[in-house]
Amino acid sequence: MNKAAVTTGYGAAIRDGFEHLLANHSEVFAIGQGLWSPWYVGNSMTDLDSQFGRERVIDTPVSELGCTGAALGAALCGYRPIVIHPRVDFMLLAVDQIVTQAAKWRSMFGGQVSAPITVRAIINRGGEQGAQHSQSLQSWFAHIPGLRVVMPSTPTDARDLLIASVLSDDPVLYLDDRWLYGLEEELPPIQERNLAKEGPRLTRTGADLTLVGCSYSAHLCREAAARLSANGIECDVIDLRVLNPLDATLIISSVKKTGRLLAVDGDWRSCGMAAEVIASIAEALDPRVMRAAPRRVTLPDAPAPTSNPLERSYYPTVDYIVQRALALVGAQQETFE
Amino acid sequence: MASVDSLIQRNAASLGMLANADHFHEPLAIDAEDTDALLAGLQRMILIRVVEEKIGDMVSQGVVKCPCHLAIGQEAPAVGVASYVRQGDRVFGAHRSHSHFLALGGSPHGLLAEVQGKDTGVSRGMGGSMHLIDLPNGLYGTVPIVGATIPIAVGAGLAAKMDGNGAMAVSFFGDGATEEGVFHESMNLAALMKIPVLFVCENNFFSSHLHIALRQPDASACRYAEAHRIEWARADGNDLAAVRSVTREAVAAIRAGEGPRFLELVTYRWRGHVGHREDEDVGVKRKDDLAAWKLRDPISRLAVSLEEINALNRQQLKQFWTEAHVVVEEAWSTATHDGYPPAKSLLSRVYSGTMANKH
Repeated sequence: MNKAAVTTGYGAAIRDGFEHLLANHSEVFAIGQGLWSPWYVGNSMTDLDSQFGRERVIDTPVSELGCTGAALGAALCGYRPIVIHPRVDFMLLAVDQIVTQAAKWRSMFGGQVSAPITVRAIINRGGEQGAQHSQSLQSWFAHIPGLRVVMPSTPTDARDLLIASVLSDDPVLYLDDRWLYGLEEELPPIQERNLAKEGPRLTRTGADLTLVGCSYSAHLCREAAARLSANGIECDVIDLRVLNPLDATLIISSVKKTGRLLAVDGDWRSCGMAAEVIASIAEALDPRVMRAAPRRVTLPDAPAPTSNPLERSYYPTVDYIVQRALALVGAQQETFE
Repeated sequence: MASVDSLIQRNAASLGMLANADHFHEPLAIDAEDTDALLAGLQRMILIRVVEEKIGDMVSQGVVKCPCHLAIGQEAPAVGVASYVRQGDRVFGAHRSHSHFLALGGSPHGLLAEVQGKDTGVSRGMGGSMHLIDLPNGLYGTVPIVGATIPIAVGAGLAAKMDGNGAMAVSFFGDGATEEGVFHESMNLAALMKIPVLFVCENNFFSSHLHIALRQPDASACRYAEAHRIEWARADGNDLAAVRSVTREAVAAIRAGEGPRFLELVTYRWRGHVGHREDEDVGVKRKDDLAAWKLRDPISRLAVSLEEINALNRQQLKQFWTEAHVVVEEAWSTATHDGYPPAKSLLSRVYSGTMANKH
């Protein structure tokens, strides 16, 4: 018996989630472009079609809006479909069904019906893919009442939050990030969680600074916190996990303790998640508890470039977060004295 | 020929005489239809007419404030199709769907309460005229985003296919929806996957203020079905017997597992796009046309036809109208005294099991 820990990657963990759902819940099916091809969804759905049949793992015509609507229709009739958009950019063709139909269905029909559809879209950027193959847009969707928005940053969450999303009676946008597919960890046994009870999680504790991020940005925050610790700066790191509805309790209590907040997001700055995080503490805390003005690290407000040097400066890095964190901690006297 | 201009004539050539308001004023050919079913259909159309006229009056008085799109004049497609909907089927509508709701057996009180925003409405006062639901009668939802329920109906049909119980989905939409891309995505998907769904296009020539001649090079919606290899039928949408006949055939094919079917029911709305007015002056002038189309009234044509074969007499007909008025006035009065949704419903109905955040 090999006693070495068996680790699973983020993509394979998503596949584990699908396998669990399809094996244990007959009302679950998957529909979307590229599901019969490894090309579109990486290793996150490999061979599910042969394992569970092409009636339950459905590859589709190039019809994002129609297929998302069809998934919603099935969701209204007792199924729990997962509609897959291999790139967020193409999912935007389906926004009516996600935002104006699914998210409002329950409320506008008086709470009498649920629309348990999960929309899974993949953030797939870098590699000089440019402006129309790189968007994530979580803040757009987190703006929508009725739509739960989930962004896992670890393999375990990738698996268990997928399962929780699909088993939720509400429509869920589940965003995974190809840049996380290289992450590996030892997975605990599967737990079917109640998504309504999931929210931001403290993944590291420290008294000097609160770092908040989601998805790949949460990963960057964890890496940055390790580096900062080597410099004698200890951070609380909060992984948002569920962006909507956002439970800011943990962020508020953390910042109350540290007095400093750096919000990191892999999306644009204006009206973004980082702004929402800062607003949540700005409204809740007496300014006197702040030891420095809160700051954010985001994409610059520009479409993604293709050219390699521009691309390298476009996306937030661990180095940059560390630099900003050091400035923030060091800047306290000047800022608030 | 009424005052339709040559553009409209050319545009509507593929619809033949159905597009010409001067035809089809005569009694219907009802020999092939069950008389009791036609009588029931007549009563249902009268109920729809009376409910909608009541709503129109209340809109004109400013009592009903939510946008109401009335189907007065086009009651037959709803009633004809609804008579082939059975338990387990899933029906979806659009913005002009009071008729579909009532045709399926929906309660006038539930509708009249809903348009007043009352807690006793079919959508608990959260939907208004444009968001109707009635699951026990098979109405799974109506929404005003044009074409939006077409793919949803296809998905409901997919669910029925997966259930394997012979149920089908029905998608009601207007000619305007055929201009939406999702209509084509949905037809393609349904045809490809042989999904049990009945597409029902109520072609009333108008999308909002704009005549179809100003929107499409050809007024026929069936040509899209043909492009997607879906068998289709076109009928006089103001002739309940004709609507029943084409629906019966299409539904039999769908239930036999042959995949989707498409119906184009040519009709005409008497009122404007929204509200109680007749909108005679918007877009293409339609005053003469409207007068001619009123002679193609689905209710009076059917009533005359039934009288001709002695299945109905004047007294009974009068009684149908009287009964409908009594039902509607009672329902209206009750709804008027009903309460509004509780304040907490604003946040409690957004998610299942949890309240939405209040800021």
